[in-house]
Amino acid sequence: MTIHEFLSSPVETSRRTGPHDRIVLSSRVRLARNLRGVAFPGWAKKPERIKTLEAIRPAVESLSAMTGAFSETMDNLGPLDKLILVERHLISREHQAKSAGSGLVLNKEESLCVMINEEDHLRMQALRPGLQLRQAWVAIDQVDSELERKLDFAFSPELGYLTACPTNLGTGIRVSAMLHLPGLVLKEEINQIIAMVNKLGLAVRGLYGEGTEALGNVFQVSNQMTLGEAETDIVERLYKVILQIIEHEENARAKLLETKPKVVYNHIGRAYGILANTHIISSKETMNLLSLMRLGVDLEMFPGVGRALVDELFVVTQPAHLQKQFTEKLAAEERDLLRADMLRERLRLVERPNPKIPPNSGPLDKRN
Amino acid sequence: MLCMICKQNAAQVHLTQIVDDKIKKVDLCEECAKHKGISDAPGFAIADLLLGLGASQEMAQAGGGEDLKCPVCGFTGADFKKAGRLGCSQCYLTFAESLENLLKTMHKGTRHIGKVPNSLRQSRDLTDRLKQLQKKLDRAVTEEDFEQAANLRDEIRSTRDQLEHLATGAKP
Repeated sequence: MTIHEFLSSPVETSRRTGPHDRIVLSSRVRLARNLRGVAFPGWAKKPERIKTLEAIRPAVESLSAMTGAFSETMDNLGPLDKLILVERHLISREHQAKSAGSGLVLNKEESLCVMINEEDHLRMQALRPGLQLRQAWVAIDQVDSELERKLDFAFSPELGYLTACPTNLGTGIRVSAMLHLPGLVLKEEINQIIAMVNKLGLAVRGLYGEGTEALGNVFQVSNQMTLGEAETDIVERLYKVILQIIEHEENARAKLLETKPKVVYNHIGRAYGILANTHIISSKETMNLLSLMRLGVDLEMFPGVGRALVDELFVVTQPAHLQKQFTEKLAAEERDLLRADMLRERLRLVERPNPKIPPNSGPLDKRN
Repeated sequence: MLCMICKQNAAQVHLTQIVDDKIKKVDLCEECAKHKGISDAPGFAIADLLLGLGASQEMAQAGGGEDLKCPVCGFTGADFKKAGRLGCSQCYLTFAESLENLLKTMHKGTRHIGKVPNSLRQSRDLTDRLKQLQKKLDRAVTEEDFEQAANLRDEIRSTRDQLEHLATGAKP
């Protein structure tokens, strides 16, 4: 079975729901583990990496949570397949660049994904829709406990789990959530929020993690420190911070609607106008406009349209997903045409946004 | 006070970050601060920048002697300076001394708190128990409570057996 046949369609994945999914797109908990006495992937020679992969892969495949999983070595996945996995947030950009000696095991529900020989021998992650950090931690903790009976992990009582990069040392945990924050961006409060979150020792990153832009007003919040704090404490701390960010985002939206409704309706109306009528559009512009449309859906400006449609378009308009629908290799310019065609077609039946203007609002923007 | 980056000009930009109870300070000259984008990015990601700054400083020193070499994987201090990552789990012992400061700037603490592999946890618990039993036995003997001592000796024996069983049976 190819990865393309294995993965659920974006129609299905965008229908997954979870708590607070109006703002929290997804939750993730990742653990880094290494085998004792074996060089880390970045330092090991290829034959050694292959040997490690061959030792780890069957152990991961035999996990009870991996029944019916997809398992493959990275050299057997095409460049397009790898990019699709990145666009689905199932593997990292670093893992996408890997070839022989690295591998991937992904469960049927796409909620559990193990990268073998990425930066560490094992990078295992549990994914959940919406805000479900605790659930994700419980799931990955179970996987780790089952795996430690089969593999000898490098662990020191003083330093904890030993990782290739000292930044992951200790618990080897990275807890993160992807947040859609158009209100805070429009209200120009996002930098304050980022500064506040940073002060708490947490990192804010763009859509695809380390070193990427916050396309489509999507931000990833995660812990930075892994040594000296227990996993559950990190999870709880992040959970509380995210609840606060959700509150700030909701307040920003309410405040914007109260003080500058026309500005908000203008952004959303223009976004719809372009998406529904475009003939050439880049994936970056698409994401930024879809973000505004998603905000419009949240504000009930598109009756009968659910978030799932916007979330699906968010995925299928990305370069690799678009390319996958066509057999011939597309240049970036051709993709921009086909992306526009797809958007016009999918939005053909979506009616123009309908702002809910309070009856006694008078001139909409206060001019004092 | 000299700039932490160029170590030539006087430091004029002073930034402080507080993470929990730890205070981190960075002192830079105007030029280096500008170069790092600190002056034109008020509020934005300054803390992130700082953490990165402090860390990269420590990173440069953390390799220790460039010719310090890991006996297991052959990784050297120079390699660490280049890659910022270590060669194998043994490297943490090899470079322990020079890593300590780096870990301090990066993390909340320098000792692991949290999950411990089950096999280790069991053996640690059993070892602790063994020590306690031994103490009790010593006391019983000095107090000439021989009945108690005999019981304790049996218990010690069975705990030892469990420990041994764990050591031989746990490895794959």
